[in-house]
Amino acid sequence: MSIPANLKYTDSHEWARSEADGTVTVGITHHAQDLLGDLVFVENPALGRKLKKGEECGVVESVKAASDIYAPISGEVVAVNGDLETAPEKINEGAYDAWMFRLKPSNPAELEALLDAAGYQKLVEAEAH
Amino acid sequence: MLKQTPLNAVHRALNARLVDFGGWEMPLHYGSQIEEHHRVRKDAGMFDVSHMLALDVDGEGAQTFLRQLLANNVDRLMIPGKALYSCMLNDSGGILDDLIVYFLDPRRFRVVVNAATADKDLAWMFSQRARAAAAVTVTPRRDLAMIAVQGPAARAKVWRALPLSKPATGALGPFFAAEWGAFFFGRTGYTGEDGFEITLPAAEAPGLWQALLDAGVGPAGLGARDTLRLEAGMNLYGQDMDETVTPLECGLKWTVDLESPRDFVGKAALLAAPPRAQMLGLVLLERGVLRAHQEVETRNGHGEITSGSFSPTLDISIALARLPNGVQAGEAAKVKIRDKWLPARTVKYPFVRNGRTLVAGLSSSIP
Repeated sequence: MSIPANLKYTDSHEWARSEADGTVTVGITHHAQDLLGDLVFVENPALGRKLKKGEECGVVESVKAASDIYAPISGEVVAVNGDLETAPEKINEGAYDAWMFRLKPSNPAELEALLDAAGYQKLVEAEAH
Repeated sequence: MLKQTPLNAVHRALNARLVDFGGWEMPLHYGSQIEEHHRVRKDAGMFDVSHMLALDVDGEGAQTFLRQLLANNVDRLMIPGKALYSCMLNDSGGILDDLIVYFLDPRRFRVVVNAATADKDLAWMFSQRARAAAAVTVTPRRDLAMIAVQGPAARAKVWRALPLSKPATGALGPFFAAEWGAFFFGRTGYTGEDGFEITLPAAEAPGLWQALLDAGVGPAGLGARDTLRLEAGMNLYGQDMDETVTPLECGLKWTVDLESPRDFVGKAALLAAPPRAQMLGLVLLERGVLRAHQEVETRNGHGEITSGSFSPTLDISIALARLPNGVQAGEAAKVKIRDKWLPARTVKYPFVRNGRTLVAGLSSSIP
């Protein structure tokens, strides 16, 4: 599966997408869901919570393992994808469609500092060895 | 360098996710462990369990040797082919391993032990043989492979793959075994479903695997094996039990024969020290996933989860937990998951057996 070129990435395997309204949508990558296997539980940050870049703000759990989710950039949580509460497997079915939460960035420049698709590709390849 | 089973190339060809399991490179899943789980509950799946070690215990003194070696009593095995589940204890009653022993005749037994403990088990058996001066040979059979075919349709599909084996295995009752040429069929398993565990010469394992695939048996990995055994309320060695606990403290009292006058290794320790804790099942009453080592609070004090996971059959999270004596099934409890205490309930286990849910009235109460 190719890594979408229009997204930004973290080394903890979140993706971030800049929206037209200035918010940033966050999810986990295809590679991350593949490593975790069948997902059975998703916990999103609370609406209105103000996150700092790199802060632990959620959890995804597969049958086998739990993995923390970190805020890719700083900002306030303005939306969460409630569908994932009852259907966490949507992330397995399409990691780039099943978004987790949306942030209103407090420092939009942080987004530019994240990995681009090529940088993330290198990270994934390095982890495979 | 990880050890590989005779089916390693087969797993690779099926795009299995391979993981290090106690020094063995084993398939975790072949795509979706939840689908593999459901397939075993509803139809038939197969597991490569060749990492486990089969041992032949033969000789004039075989029965006497096993009688004192094991906590369960091999004298219960009166009929050739009958199998017995037992713990093997150290002198202080701690569990060295759990195993299955098949009785072939009074001078011939087949024992199957766990992979990670195999070397330790062998060393222990040799030392016990010397201690008892028993006229017995213990032969590890690394020349064999093992395939567990499990599920309501498992036996029918095995007979479709191996039609000539049916006369030898068609009438086998649960927990019995039969030999068919160089193949050994045990109607045993680790999933709570019907099926066979087939031990066979390593070179023939890929051929049987393919024949089973052609007969409609789906490959299943260790991931599904773990959720299936947890739903079936079966302990996992190294997780639910080890040398620091006795069988009486992990729900295995039924496997210990303390009534007969027979002596066995660990018996004196079990009689001298009452159990310090007990095993109970837990179901989580909110969304989340129970995991090993999470702390449990009960009205009698604190305990710990030994195995926990999401149950694909029940669609909730379940666990086995070592809890204080006195706690009853059906009581409220709390489990610490990350920084929160979530409500749970103690239950009797197994949770699921032969495709049927044995824990009633649960999922409706979960928001």
